[in-house]
Amino acid sequence: MKNLNIRILISAILFWLVPFISMAQESHDSLSVATTESVESAEFDAGRMIMDHISDAHGWHLWGESEIPLPIIVYSPERGLSVFSSGHFHHGHSTYNGYMLKEQKIVAVDEMDETDAHHATINESLTANLYDFSITKNVFALFVSIILMIWIFTSVAKSYKTRPNQAPKGLQSLIEPLIVFVRDDVAKSAIGPKYQKYMPYLLTAFFFIWINNMLGLIPLIPGGANLTGNIAITMSLAVMTLIITVFSANKNYWLHIFAMPGVPMWVLFLLTPIEILGLFLRPFVLMIRLFANMAAGHIIALSFISLIFIFGEMSAGAGMGVGVISLAFMVFMTFLELLVAFLQAYVFTLLSAIYIGAAVEEHHHDAEHHDAKVEEALII
Amino acid sequence: MELLKPAFGLTFWMVLGFLIVLFLLTKFAWKPILNALNERDKSIEDALNAAIKAKDEMANLKSDNEKLLAEARQERDKILKEARVTKDNIINEARDKATAEADRLLTLAREGIHNEKMAAITDLKNQVALLSVEIAEKIMKQQLADDGKQKALVADLLKDVKMN
Repeated sequence: MKNLNIRILISAILFWLVPFISMAQESHDSLSVATTESVESAEFDAGRMIMDHISDAHGWHLWGESEIPLPIIVYSPERGLSVFSSGHFHHGHSTYNGYMLKEQKIVAVDEMDETDAHHATINESLTANLYDFSITKNVFALFVSIILMIWIFTSVAKSYKTRPNQAPKGLQSLIEPLIVFVRDDVAKSAIGPKYQKYMPYLLTAFFFIWINNMLGLIPLIPGGANLTGNIAITMSLAVMTLIITVFSANKNYWLHIFAMPGVPMWVLFLLTPIEILGLFLRPFVLMIRLFANMAAGHIIALSFISLIFIFGEMSAGAGMGVGVISLAFMVFMTFLELLVAFLQAYVFTLLSAIYIGAAVEEHHHDAEHHDAKVEEALII
Repeated sequence: MELLKPAFGLTFWMVLGFLIVLFLLTKFAWKPILNALNERDKSIEDALNAAIKAKDEMANLKSDNEKLLAEARQERDKILKEARVTKDNIINEARDKATAEADRLLTLAREGIHNEKMAAITDLKNQVALLSVEIAEKIMKQQLADDGKQKALVADLLKDVKMN
């Protein structure tokens, strides 16, 4: 009952957040509409600025024209592997090695020497076959978070070895309650007695999402990358949950998908496609939820910043006035995002655990089954 | 919309990186941490159980002690009672014995006294007889010293004889 209450509470919070997310998207849309009219006049383009910040890039933008170049690794079956610094592109103004940047995407060009990118001819057939393994901004942030995670958790593991059977201390006492939380309130309650096998994945997913969410809130390098608000990241995580669910599913689970017991034949024609769709819909929703929540958080923060510049272009006074209000809202949003950072990590892990739990669950009572379904429907 | 298209390169690095993290952390972090947590949970549980057991044992020990004490007290009372009985018995016995002895002695004494008395009486009787004879002899001797008197006596005696 206690767990049910927590889940209901969390789903309520999620619903409560929906207006914020939609508000952010609205403000973003209105900003881009407003700014498309003023594209020619080199004015501040909020929509473009926000989209640039939340999407991936081949360099780490610091300020103005300063940018940390990142390695470009691109493979083409015809040209082979090329590795060079993104600094050679000069912010997309020149070609290098037969490649150029077009809206932060690498495209192949016919000119092999360094020329002006604006006059280069794009080779469409080569571009279609490109494999871009570049260390982009998000890949770099991913590596940073990986190193951070390995450092944090191996050092925590070490303190368990040096101080066995003692109360946690330092970093250990920050991490331990979270591990116990994932173990007891996520894995044990959602999966049941077979939870131990799935603990490494759930813990890794939880801390990966949480740490990257938090890093995304820090505006300075190496934070500030919108990693968990990138669809590629959330897709990878959701697909891993799907793969684990599918590979650990028992006969009972498949039976409930393909031939729900106690249901007339003609209903099955309707129900089975829905169940099969549901199998893929669940990880899809996992992917969209994390992506949308984190991207929205960045969009909201950037929107408040944009407001300052939009009003600043009208008059310095308006910019100042709006700046104060924007700053207050940004502080509020950052606190909210701190909560969301944890909440989204928790929700992703909990739902993954629930899906895995449904897949490994032994034959259960019908009423219980009904409860679980209702709960799941509520949370989605 | 470009934002909703997963980039190939990022997906590649993400899957690779995540799997490496998953592998390394499983081996070097999650397993040791979870094992340590389980171990600690177990040791706490064991300690609690041991404390409960110790408490029970203490209670048992206390009740045992009380039982022992009660038993000892009972034993003491029993021994005291027995001693009292034995003492009474000994005293009574001694008293009886002494009484019996005294009685015996008294009887003996009484018998002795009686015997002595009887002997004395017999002796006295003999003495008296002897004395009487002697006295009689002396008296006879005196009275028969002159003839007159002898004749008177004889006459007296004869008188008696005649009367018989």
